[in-house]
Amino acid sequence: MSAVQIETAQRSLDRSRLFALVRKETLQVVRDPAAILIAFVLPIVLLFLFAFAVSLDVRDVKLGVVLESDAVQAQSLAAAFSATRYFVVTPARDRREIEPQLISGDVHGMVVIPQDFDLRLASAERGPLVQIITDGTQPNTASFVGGYAEGVVTGWLAGQRGGTRALLRLEPRYWFNAELASRRALIPGAIAIVMAMIGTLLTALVVAREWERGTMEALMSTPVSILEIFLGKLLPYFGLGLIATLGCGLAAIVLFDVPLRGSWLALLLLTCTFLVPALGQGLLISALARNQFVAAQVALITAFLPALLLSGFLFEVDSMPFLIRALTQIVAARYFVASLQTVFLAGDVWGLFVPNMLAMLAIGAVFFTIAARKTHKSLDT
Amino acid sequence: MAAAVEIVAASKRFGEIEALNRIDASIEAGRLTGLVGPDGAGKTTLMRMLAALMTPTSGRISVAGHDVAAAPAAVHELTGYMPQRFGLYEDLTVIENLRLYAELRKLGDTGLEQTFERLLQFTQLGPFKTRLAGRLSGGMKQKLGLACALMGRPAVLLLDEPSVGVDPVSRRELWQMVGELTDEGMAVVWSTAYLDEAERCESVLLLNHGRLEFAGKPGRLTERLVGRSFRIRGVASDRRRVLAETLDLPAICDGVIQGESVRAVLRAGASPAALDALAAQHQGRVEPAAPRFEDAFIDLLGGGPGGRSAIAGRMPEVELAADKAVTCRDLSKHFGAFVATDRVSFEVQKGEIFGLLGPNGAGKSTTFKMLCGLLAPTAGEATVAGYDLRRAPSRAKLELGYMAQKFSLYGLLSVRQNLEFFSGVYGLGRATRRRRIDEMITTFELERYLESSPDALPLGYKQRLALACALMHRPPVLFLDEPTSGVDPITRREFWTHINGLVRRGVTVLVTTHFMDEAEYCDRVALMYRAKLIALDPPDALKQRAATPDHPEPTMEDTFIALVEAADIPARAAA
Repeated sequence: MSAVQIETAQRSLDRSRLFALVRKETLQVVRDPAAILIAFVLPIVLLFLFAFAVSLDVRDVKLGVVLESDAVQAQSLAAAFSATRYFVVTPARDRREIEPQLISGDVHGMVVIPQDFDLRLASAERGPLVQIITDGTQPNTASFVGGYAEGVVTGWLAGQRGGTRALLRLEPRYWFNAELASRRALIPGAIAIVMAMIGTLLTALVVAREWERGTMEALMSTPVSILEIFLGKLLPYFGLGLIATLGCGLAAIVLFDVPLRGSWLALLLLTCTFLVPALGQGLLISALARNQFVAAQVALITAFLPALLLSGFLFEVDSMPFLIRALTQIVAARYFVASLQTVFLAGDVWGLFVPNMLAMLAIGAVFFTIAARKTHKSLDT
Repeated sequence: MAAAVEIVAASKRFGEIEALNRIDASIEAGRLTGLVGPDGAGKTTLMRMLAALMTPTSGRISVAGHDVAAAPAAVHELTGYMPQRFGLYEDLTVIENLRLYAELRKLGDTGLEQTFERLLQFTQLGPFKTRLAGRLSGGMKQKLGLACALMGRPAVLLLDEPSVGVDPVSRRELWQMVGELTDEGMAVVWSTAYLDEAERCESVLLLNHGRLEFAGKPGRLTERLVGRSFRIRGVASDRRRVLAETLDLPAICDGVIQGESVRAVLRAGASPAALDALAAQHQGRVEPAAPRFEDAFIDLLGGGPGGRSAIAGRMPEVELAADKAVTCRDLSKHFGAFVATDRVSFEVQKGEIFGLLGPNGAGKSTTFKMLCGLLAPTAGEATVAGYDLRRAPSRAKLELGYMAQKFSLYGLLSVRQNLEFFSGVYGLGRATRRRRIDEMITTFELERYLESSPDALPLGYKQRLALACALMHRPPVLFLDEPTSGVDPITRREFWTHINGLVRRGVTVLVTTHFMDEAEYCDRVALMYRAKLIALDPPDALKQRAATPDHPEPTMEDTFIALVEAADIPARAAA
């Protein structure tokens, strides 16, 4: 045989052999509790977690309101603080009552309405009306408390001045996620995480497992080609990924009340596209790491963590520093998360989907090319 | 007819390491060829090259007429390969594994069921067709591996150490199956570290340190030893002492204990006079014995180690509070509904070597672990050096040294740190500790390896270090769990020299092993089967029980098989 013929023999594709491998892999998936756990139980757990535990919304923040003045206006302002649903107010007469609670973290900030509040309000100088003290150990909450407390004061002032004459009122309105419920934005992200797990982690693990258990050696001694071995791995996990997406989508809609404003077709198409780079990455990892422990570590660091941190799922890409933002360009999950959020919350926006899909396919192509170069049907390294 | 395999000046290097060095050999069709050699000799590398999974660095190998480097795909079509580790899917059933391999080899649907039937019948796996491969016993797994490798009737069948970890009964069955295949004209290559298997091959390739030391019929190698193998029988004194003295004779190149007698091999051209004199001194007699392949192997490698153990020389005579070193009565261990050890009772005398043998899964490891205090028994009692393992387990543990399978040394610590750690674990005083460590370093010649990791040590030194660590607190009782598996015959002999020396100082030794020739070193052997003790006797007495008129001198392996089969008869009758 010439070199060219061998190359074709090594890369050849035979339908019945491929079918045998796919069936074998499917049987293994069905019998492997870990695969079932990652594909079906993990999504549900993640959805619950994001729905109830990981909320990025700030609500019911504990705030101390120290009312040092007995003026009617001062009491009205204190009442305005109590009325907002963002704060749970602990009223006090003396700031020394609240200070220890602020130190111990029982309240996140305090608003002091000073003794001379009515004088300050009346004076034309417009000195500070109230003192706002926040707990700087939690910067996000602190800035929220500061900003929102100011907002309450401003709003109250406007009410005082304008009275019934206010004809124009500014009312903010958020599109796509009118209630600003972060769960709605998070659940599409959860699907991305699950797909990264199935595509990359599971694939890397099952190939590494074949090396570790010695089954790869036996497999390679048969006429099967390397292309058949890898397609036999990819197809079942591709299918598993699609089934898991359907499960996640249904759970999100039925259990967690997330709207699917786009179509199922777009959702599945996007998932299929994302599975290309995810599986390619898994295959590449397994081509380099031939034991499950290393494969799992590499997959977690290069797939799971970026999908969690750099995809725009938890942290908005636009607010990242330039270098990190540039880094997200090569994270396939980033394009997937943006598309998923759109398909769930906005609708089918093909003008956004198509470039994102092309980006994912390009990243996938790079992974597959390197993986193919690195894999030979041989035990020589 | 062309040879099935042609190996021409084939070498294989892995970086700095030369795994195989210019091998020239040919393997004939219709013949069983043994690939023999100690661990690390290069057997697996050669097997992988024959299976076209690796290419030679230089030289040429052709299998069934195809070059492994140029046409690996053709070689894959024509060979069946069974890797050293079980290469099948444990989460698939027997029949699913068979079907997978049939489809990978594109056998087509016609006649497939008959092929499966035939293979299942051949391997006697029929009743276990729908069992998951992971739930099969060690022997059955190997048979399934063989069945899958046979799919598509390969011209060349490559079996890499198919009998490792397989008990003698399954080993014999595998052997018979392979015999049938060669009768049909298949070329079979069987690699093994068991020299008694090599003896039964039609042709052997003997590898050592990557070099081919011998190729041809095993008988031709053994022939060279005719008139040089002897047995000393009927000695009045301790046979271990006789062995030590025999090995120290300059005319002797190798010697082992064989039950009550001592087996010795003369160096080429040496006179047996000194051996006769030694035997006479101990009121024994020297009889010529048939040479074995192992004798020839040791002779080829330049002879075994001497008879003196430096460590035993320094060890003071052991004092034992109790007259029995180890006892157990009705010892049982249940794991859920599974009974691993079922009411086992025996007593081990001071200064005895006590062997625990049995097929895989017979319960010998469980029993062993209970006696070392590593597992709590479900019922029954056990004592070590007079201390009850239930009431005073930590006191009992101070009286025993334990050498685990695979040595259990710390790879991240240096040799010196390992020694320090183990001396610390046993709570030796500072001065004693330093003295003992120095003593171990000198006697086991560990000086030049002190700063290296145990993982980097040659196997023989690793074994010395493991023994040194187990002996650090001078225990009167020593537990050895498969201490020599995967160790070459020379290193094994050196190890037994130490053990024999220690026993002569009054140390009691309990040992488990899969090597039947090592059972011969034991004073008494306990045979376990299906969680029960089925026989307990000195090796020679056990062999007597298996002797028949046409087979008056059974080997230890024959004995093992006969006793296990005899134990099966009432079990079958009950079922």
